[in-house]
Amino acid sequence: MLQDKDRIFTNIYGRHDWGLEGALKRGQWDGTKDILAKGRDFIIKEIQASGLRGRGGAGFPTGLKWSFMPKQSDGRPHYLVVNADESEPGTCKDRDILRHDPHTLIEGCLIAGFAMGAHAAYIYVRGEFMRERERLQAAIDQAYDAGLLGKNACGSGWDMDVFVHHGAGAYICGEETALLESLEGKKGQPRMKPPFPANVGLYGCPTTVNNVESIAVTPTIMRRGAAWFSSFGRDNNKGTKLFMISGHVNTPCVVEEELGITFRELIEKHAGGVRGGWDNLLAVIPGGASCPIVRADQIMDAQMDFDGMRAIGSSFGTGGVIVMDRSTDVIAAISRISYFFRHESCGQCTPCREGTGWMWRVMERMRQGNAAREEIDMLFQVSKQIEGHTICALGDAAAWPVQALIRNFRPVIEARIDDYVSQHGMAAE
Amino acid sequence: MTDDTAVDDVEIEEAPEDEIIVLAQKWKKKRGSLIMALHELQGRLGYVPRESAMKLGREMGVPLANIYEVLTFYNYFKLESPGKYIISVCTGTACHIKGSPKLLHGIEDELGIKEGESTPDGEYHLQGVRCLGCCGLAPLASVNGKVYGKQDVTNAHGLLEQVKQDQPMHVAAEATDAE
Amino acid sequence: MAKLIVDGIEIDVAPELTLLQACEAAGAEIPRFCYHERLSVAGNCRMCLVEVKGGPPKPTASCGMNVRDLRPGPNGEPPVVLTNSPMVKKAREGVMEFLLINHPLDCPICDQGGECDLQDQAMAYGVSGSRFIENKRAVEDKYLGPLIKTSMNRCIHCTRCVRFTTEVAGIAEMGLISRGEDAEITSYLEKALSSELQGNVIDLCPVGALTSKPYAFHARPWELSKTESIDVMDAVGSAIRVDVRGREVMRVLPRLNESVNEEWISDKTRFIWDGLRTQRLDRPYVKADGRFRATSWGDAFATIATRVTSTAPERMGAIVGDLASVEEMFALRELMAALGVASVDGRQDGTALHPKFGRASYVFNATIAGIEEADAILMIGADPRREASVMNARIRKRWRASGGKLPVFTIGAPVDLTYPHVHLGSDPAALQHLDAGALDVLNAAQKPLIVVGQGALVRHDGLALLSLAAKLATEVGAVTEGWNGFSVLHTAASRVGALDLGLVPGEGGRDVAGMIDASAKGELDVLFLLGADEFGAQHLGPNTFVVYIGSHGDTGAHRADVILPGATYAEKSGTYVNTEGRVQLGNRAAFPPGEAREDWAVLRALSEALGRKLPFDSLAQLRAKLYSAHPEFAAIDTIPAADPQAINTLATLGGIVRPEPFVPLIADFYLTNPIARASKVMAECSALARSGHSIAAE
Repeated sequence: MLQDKDRIFTNIYGRHDWGLEGALKRGQWDGTKDILAKGRDFIIKEIQASGLRGRGGAGFPTGLKWSFMPKQSDGRPHYLVVNADESEPGTCKDRDILRHDPHTLIEGCLIAGFAMGAHAAYIYVRGEFMRERERLQAAIDQAYDAGLLGKNACGSGWDMDVFVHHGAGAYICGEETALLESLEGKKGQPRMKPPFPANVGLYGCPTTVNNVESIAVTPTIMRRGAAWFSSFGRDNNKGTKLFMISGHVNTPCVVEEELGITFRELIEKHAGGVRGGWDNLLAVIPGGASCPIVRADQIMDAQMDFDGMRAIGSSFGTGGVIVMDRSTDVIAAISRISYFFRHESCGQCTPCREGTGWMWRVMERMRQGNAAREEIDMLFQVSKQIEGHTICALGDAAAWPVQALIRNFRPVIEARIDDYVSQHGMAAE
Repeated sequence: MTDDTAVDDVEIEEAPEDEIIVLAQKWKKKRGSLIMALHELQGRLGYVPRESAMKLGREMGVPLANIYEVLTFYNYFKLESPGKYIISVCTGTACHIKGSPKLLHGIEDELGIKEGESTPDGEYHLQGVRCLGCCGLAPLASVNGKVYGKQDVTNAHGLLEQVKQDQPMHVAAEATDAE
Repeated sequence: MAKLIVDGIEIDVAPELTLLQACEAAGAEIPRFCYHERLSVAGNCRMCLVEVKGGPPKPTASCGMNVRDLRPGPNGEPPVVLTNSPMVKKAREGVMEFLLINHPLDCPICDQGGECDLQDQAMAYGVSGSRFIENKRAVEDKYLGPLIKTSMNRCIHCTRCVRFTTEVAGIAEMGLISRGEDAEITSYLEKALSSELQGNVIDLCPVGALTSKPYAFHARPWELSKTESIDVMDAVGSAIRVDVRGREVMRVLPRLNESVNEEWISDKTRFIWDGLRTQRLDRPYVKADGRFRATSWGDAFATIATRVTSTAPERMGAIVGDLASVEEMFALRELMAALGVASVDGRQDGTALHPKFGRASYVFNATIAGIEEADAILMIGADPRREASVMNARIRKRWRASGGKLPVFTIGAPVDLTYPHVHLGSDPAALQHLDAGALDVLNAAQKPLIVVGQGALVRHDGLALLSLAAKLATEVGAVTEGWNGFSVLHTAASRVGALDLGLVPGEGGRDVAGMIDASAKGELDVLFLLGADEFGAQHLGPNTFVVYIGSHGDTGAHRADVILPGATYAEKSGTYVNTEGRVQLGNRAAFPPGEAREDWAVLRALSEALGRKLPFDSLAQLRAKLYSAHPEFAAIDTIPAADPQAINTLATLGGIVRPEPFVPLIADFYLTNPIARASKVMAECSALARSGHSIAAE
C-alpha cells in the first residue's frame, strides 16, 4: 500500500487549501526554475526513464510522446494541449485534480510545455465542469500574479501562457484530434491520422495532447527523480496512479495507489470491500466504460496495471473501476454502455455511426431476452465489423464491452433468451 | 422567416441585439472561440435562440453552417427554452447499476413528463445525461448544477421536495458548487 | 518517387499520392463513396480500406494515407499493400452492410437507379441478404431549391455535397448537423442554395439522396442516348454530355475536361434543357399586317428575295447573336460577301474588341488552367461568378491552393466572388490611378493575371479601357516569355469564333450601333439576325425589313418580318471557340423540331433563293471551305497561337476614358439567352434569386 509520503496528489480530497499558498506548502512550484534549467532533453529523458505512461486510457509512454515534437521550430509555434475532457463513465480523477490540486497541473504545463518547446498550453475542460473550470482559472490567475506563468515564468527565461478552454458536452472530444477540432471552435469530429498532432495539430502546428494526470505528475517526478517514480510498480507499469472505485463497494472513492496493486487489496484497503462480501462480486469493468467487462474470478487477484488487465482480456484504461455485485443485470449494464456510445458517436464514419445504433438495439432486445440465440454470434460479428474499421478509437470502445459481455457472460444472455422464449414463445422479430 | 417563430416564445428572452454584438466583438478576436461565445450566449439566455445564433454568426463572421453544426453537435447547447429546474439524472454506468433508470422513471411519474421534456408550466425540464463524473456518489442527479448524490431511487418525490427546498426561487444563474 | 508493391505488382509513384491513387495506378480497383479527387479527403465512408503489411493489424483507409507515410520493410523492402486480401474483402462487406442497414430499398423508384454507386458497389462488394431486423432510420427531406431534390433517407453521410459547396462553390450553406445516427445533411434554413454551381452535387452524390428536381422521374439512364458536346451558355465552352430520349433532350451532364471545366458545369448549362422545348420556332413565318403567318420555306425565301434584290448592299446589314457556331457564321459571312454587304457584325454586345489588333488582344491568353499558376489577379469590369461560373471556381481553387493568400483585386461594379478580394473602385479612375499597394503586388508577382471583362469593353470608352488594361499588363510584367496574363473574359459562346472569322464591318460598313442608328434614321432597309436577341432590337426603326434566323421566339424573332427556324446547339454539329481561343466541336444530340433546320443549311438554301448560291452542299463541304480559309478551326481542342505583340500595340492606342462607374454586365444570370428565357426552371431560379433566395413555400 502506497505510503502518504509517496503521494503525488496530496490534496486530492480537498481537505486543504487548493490555492497557491496551500500548493506551495505542499511543495509544489518548488525549484521549478532549476528543473527548467536542466534543459529540454534532460526533462524528456527523465520522464522517459520514469516509465510514465499516459493516464488518459491508452497508456502511451509520455516521454516518448514528447520526444516526437520537432526539436527545432520551423516557424510554427508548438502547443501543449491538456485533455481535461474527462467523460468516460467510471472516470472521475481529473475532476478532483482540477478542483483540489490545480497547481500540480499548472506547474506541469510549464514543465511539459518547456520540454516540447511550447509557449502556450490549452487546457480543454469538459463543458459540464463549470466549477472546476472556475477553480482552475483562479489557480492560473494566482500563478500569473506570482510570476509563475507568463513572461519569464518562474524566472526561468521561458515564456509560458496557459489558457482554459471548454467543451460543450461531447464525449468524443476526449479523442485527441476531436479535441483539437473542438479547440478550433468546430464540431469535434476526429481527424484522420497521419498526420499526427506532433506534426500537424492545433491550427496546423506541432501539438502534443496529454491527459491531466499525466501532466500533473511530471513536476513531482522531476523533483523526486525518475528512479523514485519507477520504484513503484513493475516493468512497463511504473509509478503511482489515481484509481477511481465506484459501484457496489462499501466506500466508493478516488485514491492514489501504486500500479500493480491487486484488485483485492485495492478494494479492501480503500473501498471498504465489496458490498455483501467477495462472494457477492459478479463482474468488474476495470478501467472506464469502454474497457471489457470481466468476471469476478478473473479479476479478484489480478494486478491493477496495464499488463495485468491485458492478461485477463481487458484493459486498464483510466483506472476507473466499476464494481458490480450479483444484484447487477450485466446485460442491461452493457446495453446502457452501448446506448452511451451510440449517443456519443460523432456520426462521421460509417461503421461507428451505423454500427453503434445497431448494437444498442440488439443489446436492448437481449436485455429483455427478445432475441434468437444465433443473434449473439451475429452481434459479436457486428462488433468486429466496427472494431478497427473507424477513424478513431470510439468504434473500438463501443465494440469491446459488447464483445466482453458475450465472451464472459454468454450463458447469462442465453438464459435470458431461453426465459423469454418459454414465456412468450419464439422471439418476436 | 419571422412568421413561424413568433408568438408564445417569450420575447424578452431574446438578447438585445447590441448585447450580441458586444459578445461577438469580445470573442471574435480569439481563435476558435465560437464554442465559448455560444456558452456565454446560452449562459445569458438559458438557451440559444435561432435568431440570436444567426446574429452571432453574422457578427463573428462564422458561416451559419458552422454555427448549426456546432450547436447540434454538442449536447450542452439548447435550441429551445428549458424549464426553470433543469433536472439531469446521471445515466453513467456506476449510476445505472445503482438504479438510476428507476430514479428517472420515478421523476417522470412525479412530473408527468418524459425524459427530454419540460413540464407545461415550464418549471421543470428532465433529462438523462451521461456520466457526471461523481461515480462515487452514485446514483445521482444534478439540478441546475447542484449535485444530489446517493439518492434513494424509490423516492423521486423526496428528491424533488429537496430541490424545491434548496433552490426556492429563481435558480438558474446561481448554482452552487457540486457537493 | 517511391516504390511500393500493390497486390504483388511493384510500382513507382510520387510519394504524395494517396494509397488509393497508388493502388489505382497499379491497376487495382478501390471502391469509394466519400473520396473525390477534387474535394478534400474526409475518410468517412470507410469503403476504400486496404491492408498494409507490417502496419497495425487492421485495414487502412487508402484515401487518407499518403504513399510517403508507409514504412518500408525491415530490410528496406518496398511497403506491401493488398487490395484483395480476406481482411479487405471482409472489411468491405462489413462497411457495405452498415451502409445498407439504414438505406431504404427503394431502388425501383429512385432516380439514381442504374447509375448509383451504392447499387453498383453493393453488387460488387456486398453480400446478399440482410441481418438487420430493426427499424430503419427515417430522415426528413430538405428543401434546397428548385434544382435539387432531396430524399434524405438515402443519404450515406459521405459529405461530398458539404465539401463541394464549401470548397468549390464557396457557399457555406450545407453541413452535417447533429451526430451519431442522428447526423443529417441540411442547409439549415430550408431555402434555395445560392450557388450557380449547385447542380454538381447531384453528380457528386453517390446515392439518390440528391437528385435533379427538374429531371425527377422523367427517364432511366439506360433509355437515354448520350452525345458528347460543348456548352454554349457562356464562353467557357464546358464539356457536356447531352442525354436524349427519342427527340427530346432529357438532361445535360458535365464531361471531364481538365483544361476547361474539370468536371463541373454551371446550373444554367445543366438545367437549360426544358428551354429547348418551349418557345421554339418550328416553321417559317412571314409577318403581314403586324401578325405572323406560318408559311412555307419557299414563300419565306421568296419574300426575302423580293426585298433583298431591290435593296442596295450598303442599305443592308447582318448581326450575329451569342450562341452561333462558327459554321453558320462562316456561311453568313460568305453570303453577305456575295451580296456585297459590308455592315456585318458578330459583336452584338458592342464590345470594343477587334480582330485587327491581333488574336492576343481578344482572348483569355492565360488560359483557364493557367489561372492555377497566377499569383496575383486584377479583374476589370468582370464578374466571373456570373459570367463564367465554372472559371470562377477555378479562381477559387487557385485561391484555396494558395492558402487563402492569393491577392485578388477588382475594379468594377461590386461583386461577390465567393473568395476575398480587394475592391479598388467602381469607376475607371481606379484603373487610371491604380492603388499603389495593388500595383506593388502586381509588380512583385511572377505571373500576374489581368482579366478584362465585357463590363468594361462594351462601354463607349471600351477601347480606351482595353488599351489601359493592356498598358498596365505590359508594365507589371504580365506579358513575358512563357506567360501571358492579359486575358479577355468573354460571355458569349460565339464571340471569339466571330472575331476569328473577322465578322466585323468591312470597308464603309456599319457596326451594331451604327446599324441601329441607320435603321432609326431609315437608312437600313434589310437586316439579317443570326440568333441575335440581345442587341437592342427594340431600337430598330420601323422600316427596316428584319430576317431572323434562329431557334426561339424571343426579342429578335418578335421584331422580325420573316422568321427562318434554326437549330439550337443541341441540334447541330458546330464549332465553338471559347474565351481562351480554344476550338471545340459540339455534336448533334437531337433534331430540330418541325421544319426547323440547321442554321448553315438555312443560309445555304437562302443563298440559292437570293441567286448567290454558296459553294457547299453539305456540312463537310462547308468545313472544307472553312478550313482552307481558316486552318486554325480544323485544330479541334487546341488553342491556336496568339502573338503577344498584340498587347503592346493595344497599349499604345490610348483614348479617352469616361468617368462613369462600371455597371454589372449580367443583370440576371439565369436569363442571359433565348433558350434560358424559354426555360421554366431558369425562370424559377431567377425569381428566387431576385427575391433574395426567399424561404421555400413548400
